[in-house]
Amino acid sequence: MYAFEFVKPKTVEEAVAALREGEAKVLAGGQTLIPTLKQRLAAPEKLVSLAGVEGLRGIRTGDGVVEIGAGTTHAVIARELAGAVPALAALAGDIGDPAVRNRGTIGGSLANNDPSADWPAAVLGLGATVVTDRREIAADDFFQGLFTTALEEDEIITAVRFPMPKTAAYAKFDQPASRFALVGVFVARLDGNVRVAVTGASENGVFRWQAAEAALGADFAPAAVEALAPPPAEEMISDLHGAGDYRAHLVKVMTKRAVAACG
Amino acid sequence: MKFGTSQPVRRREDSRFLTGRGRYTDDLAPREALHIAFVRSPVAHGRIAALDVGAARALPGVRGVFTAADLAADGMNNAIPAIFTVNNRDGSPSARPRRPVMAEGRVRHVGEIVAAVVAETAEAAADGAEAVLIEIDEITPHTALAPGGTPLHEEAPDNVAFDWALGDEEAVEATFAEAAHRIRLEVTDHRVSPAPLETRTAWARPLEGGERLEITLGSQGVWRIREDIADFFGWQADRIRVVTPDVGGGFGMKIFTFPEYYAVAHAAWKLGAPVRWQASRSEAFLSDTGGRGIVATVEGAFDAQGRLLAYRVDGTCDLGAYNSHFGQNIQTFLATRVMTGVYRVEKAFWRMRGIFTNTPPVDAYRGAGRPEANLDIERLMDEAARRLGIDPFEIRRRNVIPREAFPWRTPGGEIYDVGDFARVLETAAAEAFVEGYPARKAASAARGRVRGLGVAAYVEAVLGDPSEGARIRFCADGTVELHVGTQSTGQGHETAFAQLLSERLGLDIDRIRVVMGDSDLIPRGGGTGGSRSLTAEGAAIVTAADRLVTGLRPLAAEMLETTEEALRFEEGGFRLAEGNRFLPLVAAVEEARRRGQGDLVDVAARHKLAGRSFPNGVHVVEVELDPETGKIEIVRYAAADDFGTIVNPLLVEGQVHGGVAQGIGQVLMERMVFDDDGQPLTGSFMDYALPRADDLPFIDTFFVPVPSANNPLGTKGCGEAGVAGSLAAVTNAVADALAAFGVENPQMPFTPERVWRMIRKAEERRAAEG
Ligand SMILES: Cc1cc2nc3c(=O)[nH]c(=O)nc-3n(C[C@H](O)[C@H](O)[C@H](O)COP(=O)(O)OP(=O)(O)OC[C@H]3O[C@@H](n4cnc5c(N)ncnc54)[C@H](O)[C@@H]3O)c2cc1C
Repeated sequence: MYAFEFVKPKTVEEAVAALREGEAKVLAGGQTLIPTLKQRLAAPEKLVSLAGVEGLRGIRTGDGVVEIGAGTTHAVIARELAGAVPALAALAGDIGDPAVRNRGTIGGSLANNDPSADWPAAVLGLGATVVTDRREIAADDFFQGLFTTALEEDEIITAVRFPMPKTAAYAKFDQPASRFALVGVFVARLDGNVRVAVTGASENGVFRWQAAEAALGADFAPAAVEALAPPPAEEMISDLHGAGDYRAHLVKVMTKRAVAACG
Repeated sequence: MKFGTSQPVRRREDSRFLTGRGRYTDDLAPREALHIAFVRSPVAHGRIAALDVGAARALPGVRGVFTAADLAADGMNNAIPAIFTVNNRDGSPSARPRRPVMAEGRVRHVGEIVAAVVAETAEAAADGAEAVLIEIDEITPHTALAPGGTPLHEEAPDNVAFDWALGDEEAVEATFAEAAHRIRLEVTDHRVSPAPLETRTAWARPLEGGERLEITLGSQGVWRIREDIADFFGWQADRIRVVTPDVGGGFGMKIFTFPEYYAVAHAAWKLGAPVRWQASRSEAFLSDTGGRGIVATVEGAFDAQGRLLAYRVDGTCDLGAYNSHFGQNIQTFLATRVMTGVYRVEKAFWRMRGIFTNTPPVDAYRGAGRPEANLDIERLMDEAARRLGIDPFEIRRRNVIPREAFPWRTPGGEIYDVGDFARVLETAAAEAFVEGYPARKAASAARGRVRGLGVAAYVEAVLGDPSEGARIRFCADGTVELHVGTQSTGQGHETAFAQLLSERLGLDIDRIRVVMGDSDLIPRGGGTGGSRSLTAEGAAIVTAADRLVTGLRPLAAEMLETTEEALRFEEGGFRLAEGNRFLPLVAAVEEARRRGQGDLVDVAARHKLAGRSFPNGVHVVEVELDPETGKIEIVRYAAADDFGTIVNPLLVEGQVHGGVAQGIGQVLMERMVFDDDGQPLTGSFMDYALPRADDLPFIDTFFVPVPSANNPLGTKGCGEAGVAGSLAAVTNAVADALAAFGVENPQMPFTPERVWRMIRKAEERRAAEG
């Protein structure tokens, strides 16, 4: 680690102000940022902790939406949404290990937009809205490639608003070492449409598999997916855990399994 | 409490470990210790064109920067010895190039130490390391497990360090020429990283105004390391004190004297201050010795009934960039201790070539050659069973050495003292409930899963120094110290050894303190490795205990007013054969002390084993394969093992579980991957897949004890056996599942992608064949 300054503001406004002075970074659960600092792969001058900021934590449900504060941990979501939106609870409960889930936050995961992270699949798969200190960003506009989002340098996510699906399921195939998603597919049936979002697979990060959405819109059954060609292998990530063709194949398999799990 | 052998005594050390009271090397480092950071080669092969440490030296907090030149200037012997080397088939010596502590103008693997920076804080040391400027002219690295490529060392122009062989090549060939069946297959046993929970750690401080030096580190025995460090300084060994406190896992890797230890010792001596180092996990992947790393062609000549008549192996093994301490010995001498496994074959030939590659050195990893050798012959047996249409249990039944044939002289030159391999095999088949397999296979199929059944036998050879010492010392406070020459790295020695002594002398186990890991307190020891600890140390403990009793006998006779002959030692004291008079041992001890006869209550002894012992077993595994994803799950696991006399079944089961887990890890997920440039791609646990609890099945263990004839306790050693069984058994189970798709002789690791690809390839081939 290199030395840095540490501030712990009380409000979102103060946090944004702190971010504007110097090379600063937000610190949420630290489950991504702290390892990066420890390995000296990042050297911010200042860390702006969200730990003391009011109103960033907690889950509200009602009016067909679920709103999750950006600072809510994976563990809390896994526990509290088990009844209301089991697909989100299950996704949250399968992230990392208990220590990671007790510190890591949904906001941190989305801001980071790791191409193998789980939350981006749920947010894009449900067509959620990312709420920040200054605006609301539709999921379709939020994710912009590997570790890249629509967020401005000094922008802070405050909440994520999910529409309540009719049914939804997330099927994740673990990368054997890290247990991030080698491929994870979130399938949701919403009023009038089906959305299919894929994480772990693409070189451009999370994406919607539109061919599957169309097929499932017509016939919401695993067989509808079976008939599809997998997404193009050359657009998929290739690494020592899986080359592009394997990942493309898994996209199809996991999509089928997510549809089957929707019941 | 008193405990006898064969009792499942709970591990005494666990309450310490589980409540955070374990004391590991880094916990003990003095607060004021300086920190050392290493500058490591970023490339796999090259010449150091420039090395400038000036900027680093000038940084605030930096107290010293050292390179090979500084070590030389200080009179250090900048070379790490290989302890075991072999000779080539033609009798000439193998290649034994110099291995520097710090690079001398040339780097041969990513992570090789080029310089060390010592500073007041860890951050300042890291800053210093970043400020060292190195320029390297790259040389094409050699990473293939085959001769050729750019030479790493002048001594090995084609990168072949040795070409070693054992056995009668001609007799084997003659048998092959006439045999009814010849079965031949490739066996890959890829490279892994030992990955102990506690990474390698060391700290050193000058003692007695610099006259002596103390180094504390996680090891598997302090004495070898003391010699090595003393040689580096050019000192008498007694000027070095090596201390090993609690150790969080070693798996063979912590036996060795690594470059970092010399550097830490040198810096502490040079700066006259304590210096500490703890490897980060990333550093561990760059600098720990690797394990396994072999490709071999394995062949068997069988008669018409499927009996193995002759056996041969021709392989290459990875040595990494240098000969590590035991590096050359592992896939040669050590592997061939059990090269023909549990089978009756009398003709065998083993050829192994050691290859230098631009990767960190390879050395012992749990089993060190024996799991590898068992894998080879067990793969052959399975392949033969499949091709000859014989049931895999049946072909083994036909080939195991029968009980009446012991002692059995192997073509590798070992004499297996005792064994009942057929009974172990039948026990495993029965306990695994193999009859129920077809029904379980059908149930899996109904869920879209393909089930596979794997069986493998193994035999192990307990290695290491056959002699060991023990000292029993009654202290004034009523406790008893038991000094041992072995070193626990988590196995539970504090429990097993205390249990043995408690039983032998009838002492309260809570009074016994096992003392290990201090070269000042314990003059000599063979350390832990080769599954030797209980067998070698246990023998020494009972020898010392008997000597203690013998020594106190005259005194006891005097106290009981009788003759020595009239006394029996039993239940913790001397008993008069006639009448009912009894003198507790502790009373005799008190009296000896009162009379100033301290030598009677502080007794040391050594014992040399008559020969090796041969743990053996049969593991039976069932796997389920998800054909859509290639993912394999282990669903049943049964192990029947002969470990001879069992001192503590709880500890033994733990060892089996751990060994099995490491085998499963390697077969299904663990692997060290280097790219063609010699860069490690599995440099952290994000990519190196260490198995977790939920990757493992419940493991049923059954003991079939046939006590060894070669040691007083009849024990056989269980530390490495689990992996010797699981490596082959799991591979055979996966191969069985894959056979359903027409996949022939699949090679580990069976990661989901690799399995999926094997299935697809077989399907494509079958489609092409129509
Ligand atoms: C061992 C381990 C296993 C893991 N396994 C998984 C897994 O299986 N699946 C998975 O999806 N993830 C996994 N993770 C990642 C984990 O989910 C992280 O918690 C998450 O990615 C980051 O959340 P955080 O709160 O820890 O963010 P931090 O690490 O604190 O921050 C991450 C980044 O987001 C920024 N940031 C944080 N909060 C905000 C905000 N509100 N607004 C704007 N920017 C913000 C920070 O500046 C930083 O750049 C794992 C992590 C570890 C250490």
